[in-house]
Amino acid sequence: MSTATLPLAGDTAPSTSATVEFRSLRRQFGATTALDGLDLTVRPGELLALLGPSGCGKTTALRILAGFETHDSGEVLVDGEDITRVPAHRRDAGMVFQSYSLFPHLTAADNVAFGLRMRGVGKAERLRRAQELLELVGLPQRAAHYPHQLSGGQQQRIALARALALQPRVLLLDEPLSALDAKVRLALREEIRRLQQELGITTLFVTHDQEEALSMADRVAVLRAGRLEQCAAPSELYSRPTTAFVAEFVGTMSRLPCTRTADGGVEVLGRRHPVDGALPADGPLHVLVRPEHVRLAPAAEGPALVVAAAFLGAVTRLTVRLPDGTEVKSDLPTEAAAALPLGSPAALTLPDRPVLVDRAPTPQP
Amino acid sequence: MAQLISRLRVWRGAVLLLAGLYFLVPMAASVWFSIDDVDGISFDAYTGLLSAPGFTDSLVLTLELAAVTVVVLLLLLVPAMIAVRIGASRLRPVLEVVCTLPLVVPPVALTAGLIGVLRWGPDHLMDTPFFQTFVFVQQPGFPLVLVVAYVLMALPLAHRALDSGLRAVDVRTLVEAARNCGAGWPRAVLSVVVPNLRGALLSAAFLTLALVLGEFTTASILGYQPFAVWIYSVGNSRGQMSVAVSVLSLLITWVLLLLLAAAGRERRHRTTATS
Repeated sequence: MSTATLPLAGDTAPSTSATVEFRSLRRQFGATTALDGLDLTVRPGELLALLGPSGCGKTTALRILAGFETHDSGEVLVDGEDITRVPAHRRDAGMVFQSYSLFPHLTAADNVAFGLRMRGVGKAERLRRAQELLELVGLPQRAAHYPHQLSGGQQQRIALARALALQPRVLLLDEPLSALDAKVRLALREEIRRLQQELGITTLFVTHDQEEALSMADRVAVLRAGRLEQCAAPSELYSRPTTAFVAEFVGTMSRLPCTRTADGGVEVLGRRHPVDGALPADGPLHVLVRPEHVRLAPAAEGPALVVAAAFLGAVTRLTVRLPDGTEVKSDLPTEAAAALPLGSPAALTLPDRPVLVDRAPTPQP
Repeated sequence: MAQLISRLRVWRGAVLLLAGLYFLVPMAASVWFSIDDVDGISFDAYTGLLSAPGFTDSLVLTLELAAVTVVVLLLLLVPAMIAVRIGASRLRPVLEVVCTLPLVVPPVALTAGLIGVLRWGPDHLMDTPFFQTFVFVQQPGFPLVLVVAYVLMALPLAHRALDSGLRAVDVRTLVEAARNCGAGWPRAVLSVVVPNLRGALLSAAFLTLALVLGEFTTASILGYQPFAVWIYSVGNSRGQMSVAVSVLSLLITWVLLLLLAAAGRERRHRTTATS
């Protein structure tokens, strides 16, 4: 049995924060391609969110890193070392699972101390460490409670403490908030981020919730069909998406039909706009615009008609319909939106800035 | 509405009473038969049990057979069921069918098959080390061949009990969490899955014990004398004593059931006491 080599004297931070690299990672499940040549680097000490729709391969990538799945080809490197042949229990990666994964027969303290027990740390020492970690996650008074006596949020905090107990080089979070109610999710989101920053631990966070990813992560990697679409800081991802998929997946986008101009731009709503990025070579085109970039004003002659309004607090999101049936969303200050009741005509304009253009989707039969 | 509820209560009471009578009357009659004497009431049938020839031997043999059967059965079934649940969920229906199969094979047919094998073995394996194996499994002191038969017979019962226990636990996530905490495969299963199957393991063990305590056909045909066979043989000569033993074996089964329930209750108390 191995003996404990961890620095246990009240030090919760990992000894080193690792760099994680996925290189041309491929994984096939029967006819389904989960990962199709994923290339991604997680920098030391950063929180990187893997974001994407269901089946995009984000959880598969995380599970491969944890050692619970194998990959068909490619490499997974931690600090430059290929860990493909390292078994899961020796990977030095703490993980918090989507479903509550606490051991039901153990108390909260014993759950946190489980990893230390596996490493042969003495009982007194591991209980002292467990208490320390429970204090770190704000639950020192729950040490003697069993999982069924804890709320969902408390269970995930204990799971986080358990994942941190072995001072791992990498922290893996597999949608840890998805089973919680909205209020608890928000509180725990902040708690996880605070701890991650305090400890400076390299963290890979899988989520399908864009708001969660944008609010917590240093960088967000958007995956689609097993490939990386874009990896950037949240603000850049939102304001400068490089593909239509990223633009529509992160935040809200409206599509407006447009035509090419001779100078390589596009004409939309009667005005010419420069193009952000590449212009598709052929086919009908759409311009993608965010609701906060669409300006609306009351206009007796239209051409748009307000068809829906959603109160979001400081702003109200109005949906207007153009004569060709296209619907466009626009965020207005709530006071300004009051001047545009349902059914009222409005004029809309786009800002003078480069716009993202995508090929118009083929109509479904 | 109130009238309907009170009428339902009457019916419920009547059904309970009838069910109670159905079970209690034969038992009361058995108890009465075992203590009824020409001079009034006598407990001779019970007090004479310990000194009755074969009683202790057959009871000890049965309990030993039951213990070994439980151990073999759990050692076979628990790892198989956990492995299927974690790594090969497509094999679950196959395992279920295999484990349920003994239900549709009558003990007589199973025993006939066993006899066939036991006869075939020595004839064909005389010059091989397997011959001694055939002799060994049939020794009268501890007939391992009965363990083989009992394991097969208890498979459906144990499988059901363990399956319901495994359904209540997210085995895959627990094992992955344990491995993530530094436990290898065997340790993950032993320290995390098995403790959470305590109730299911106890149920499987109890059902197997009950089956072995009452099994008559196979042991009788193969010519061994565990408890059930002994009761039958005593019944031919000493009717009162055989009924007394039956009543006692029923009580033993109930006591075991109560112990099982108490173990489960104690665990619940232990966990709620800390809240």
